[in-house]
Amino acid sequence: MTIKITAGAFNPYQEIQAYQQEKTDKCGAIGATSIFIGTMRDFNDGDTVKGMTLEYYPGMTEKQLELCIIEAQQQWPIIDSLVIHRVGDILPADTIVLVAVWSSHRGDAFDASRYIMEALKSKVPFWKKELLATENERWVTHNTNGYQAG
Amino acid sequence: MSIKVRYFASLKERLGRSEDDLTFTGLITVHDVWNQSNLDQPLPPNILAAVNMDYVALDSIVLDGDIVAFFPPVTGG
Repeated sequence: MTIKITAGAFNPYQEIQAYQQEKTDKCGAIGATSIFIGTMRDFNDGDTVKGMTLEYYPGMTEKQLELCIIEAQQQWPIIDSLVIHRVGDILPADTIVLVAVWSSHRGDAFDASRYIMEALKSKVPFWKKELLATENERWVTHNTNGYQAG
Repeated sequence: MSIKVRYFASLKERLGRSEDDLTFTGLITVHDVWNQSNLDQPLPPNILAAVNMDYVALDSIVLDGDIVAFFPPVTGG
């Protein structure tokens, strides 16, 4: 399990490749890799969004994220996982979050990565503040339930 | 006894500060911590609380040296 909180832009594909290359000793057991990448949209709630600031609670954010992954590990046989989340100032099309799960079978990889992502959205202390095209700022007040939203 | 109180995101902006230092005697709950730190305003209904970086209920007892945090619903990912 690896968790990174980063204030700088990151390339999720390079991160996955680099991480996999470090884990060659586990490659034989891996039959499935499930990857979720969340990127910043340039619209929300009918408004054009030109930037975003992501605040977090250093220490608690990492702790709660680790708990989400442990909960997933208790439900599915995960070989390894990598979660990276951006904080600070973000622009549209930037990657906000990467969740990658390696497992022997696709069902476990799919389900575990989905679980980690939904748990992150509902439990881990991050807060988004949007900068609209009108120059107004507004806090995002809640996350949708990913299992129900379209 | 003394504790640190921290505020985040929109709550921090609304209060105009990011933390308080609170001293008290006797048993005190998380909700009491809010009331003593914010005498003029009730705890907003959707605010979450944590003690030492774990989520807690508002009636949880706070101990000397604890760090209590209040913040709005999380919106990461």
